[in-house]
Amino acid sequence: MLELENVSFTYDNGAGVGTRALEGVSFSVEPGEFIGLIGHTGSGKSTLLQLLIGLLKPTEGRILFEGEDIGQKGYDLKKLRSRVGMVFQYPEHQLFEETVFKDVCYGPQNIGLSQKECELRAYEALRSVGLPDECFYVSPFELSGGQKRRVAIAGILAMKPDILVLDEPTAGLDPAGKNEILDLTDELKRDRNISIILVSHCMEDVAEYADRILVMDHGRLKYDESPVVVFSHVEELEKMGLSAPAVTYIMRKLKDRGVDVRNNIITIPEAGAEIMAAFKRRHP
Amino acid sequence: MKGVVLGQYYPGDSLIHSLDPRVKIVSTFVFIISLFVVDNVPGYAVTALFLVSAVALSKVPVARLIKGLSGILVLMVFTAVFNLFLTPGEVVFSFYSLQITREGIIVTVKMLVRLVFLIMGSSLMTYTTTPSALADALESLMKPLKVVKVPVHEISMMISIALRFIPILAEEADIIIKAQKARCADFDTGSVIKRAKAMIPVLVPLFVSAFRRANDLAVAMEARCYRGGDNRTRMRPLTYCARDYRAYAVDAALLLGCILTRVIL
Ligand SMILES: Nc1ncnc2c1ncn2[C@@H]1O[C@H](COP(=O)(O)OP(=O)(O)OP(=O)(O)O)[C@@H](O)[C@H]1O
Ligand SMILES: [Mg+2]
Repeated sequence: MLELENVSFTYDNGAGVGTRALEGVSFSVEPGEFIGLIGHTGSGKSTLLQLLIGLLKPTEGRILFEGEDIGQKGYDLKKLRSRVGMVFQYPEHQLFEETVFKDVCYGPQNIGLSQKECELRAYEALRSVGLPDECFYVSPFELSGGQKRRVAIAGILAMKPDILVLDEPTAGLDPAGKNEILDLTDELKRDRNISIILVSHCMEDVAEYADRILVMDHGRLKYDESPVVVFSHVEELEKMGLSAPAVTYIMRKLKDRGVDVRNNIITIPEAGAEIMAAFKRRHP
Repeated sequence: MKGVVLGQYYPGDSLIHSLDPRVKIVSTFVFIISLFVVDNVPGYAVTALFLVSAVALSKVPVARLIKGLSGILVLMVFTAVFNLFLTPGEVVFSFYSLQITREGIIVTVKMLVRLVFLIMGSSLMTYTTTPSALADALESLMKPLKVVKVPVHEISMMISIALRFIPILAEEADIIIKAQKARCADFDTGSVIKRAKAMIPVLVPLFVSAFRRANDLAVAMEARCYRGGDNRTRMRPLTYCARDYRAYAVDAALLLGCILTRVIL
């Protein structure tokens, strides 16, 4: 659906030499996929996301959405942005309307939908992020941080995107708030077949939710594999300033001590099952 | 919003860069005064010599300085047109009812030279001095005003904080604009009124964020017991060294030279 072909990007800082933020990145996004995007700070993740919706233009290479080059002259970027929804880091900082409800209507209004349709979508989006009804008509500035973030996400969902891109959506939330956001994305993927691209610094989260993981290192795409394969490269990941999920290390240690378990385990439920199985084998 | 050139500092380690910022402010003033003292060719030659040597010493690319002039191009054109056509005197050229006089040409050339020198001279100062160094230097130079109860330290603190915040807010504005564009906002088409209205979703979050940051900063300053100017010491106090005194000597020579060209010639 969305394809990147050999995309490079340099930030032009005016003085000639720019910052090379991306170098020959290629991958594609299929409908209903959950993609985790990881990489050390400054590896180019946010830059990559901004390229996807035409906020930045690739210095080299091209980006295709449904086969059409989004960089070509006269391409309808507004339409693209309504179909590829992007939730920035700290999205609550972009709220501006008098009421939560009006703020969520902003996106749909910009794509030129009727007032009724906008309100319908806003209502639906706010419900789907689990915001209680009594919050709909208060000022967004009166809400708690986690609630604000959900409003901001609803603002994107109200445009009914086919791909939802989230840049560290759980930064600064408490564990409950964090799980709610992640579960919401997972639900969107399962129920509405929306593709998700999730940037996260939490390996456990991407291991648990993603079908596929992209690993960025200094602007290059290092891996584009399933979570199990990516997290089997523990040493390489550590060299890039990343790591495997904690549970992977535990399973590796157990294996080193002679316990008969697989060492490519990346989530806690999986690990639990594996340990139980090993235990049963030992004590039949 | 990219490339907000604030103070347009051009990093370098030339002699001019390493001068005390107070020297640079005073020199710029002296230079501007000299520009208005001189009134004949030798006089302009003296100021030109000063400017050219300063530019050469600073190693700031000349192209950059010239580019800086584009901002006052309109002003230059207006000055030129008005002076050319509206100065009475000996007519050298005329078509229809417009007349160009000898005096007009002379006045125009003088005005343009002054304007160009003035802008180049003052932008050389901002090219070679960081905005925060300028704020410090202003505080130091304005110290005598404390006697007449001008809150010099507070003013300088406000200037430094404002300077520090402008790039941060510019970056923030950039992010907010992008975030609203991701919500299909349209800032580039429609009537002027429509475009102005389209900025509301950018301005509201920007103000909110400015207040939040100001509040955070105030709390952080209080937490470190900040309490204004009296007896405050500096991490890097401004101190003059030999080259600064030499620069002052050059300033004095410039001014004296310009006065002499005016009086003698
Ligand atoms: N507006 C900008 N102007 C110039 N350089 C930039 C800009 N934004 C980012 N960069 C540079 O581009 C590189 C990639 O930055 P990017 O923000 O994409 O990294 P990231 O992977 O999102 O990091 P993080 O995990 O910290 O969010 C960095 O070297 C950064 O310094
Ligand atoms: Mg980032």
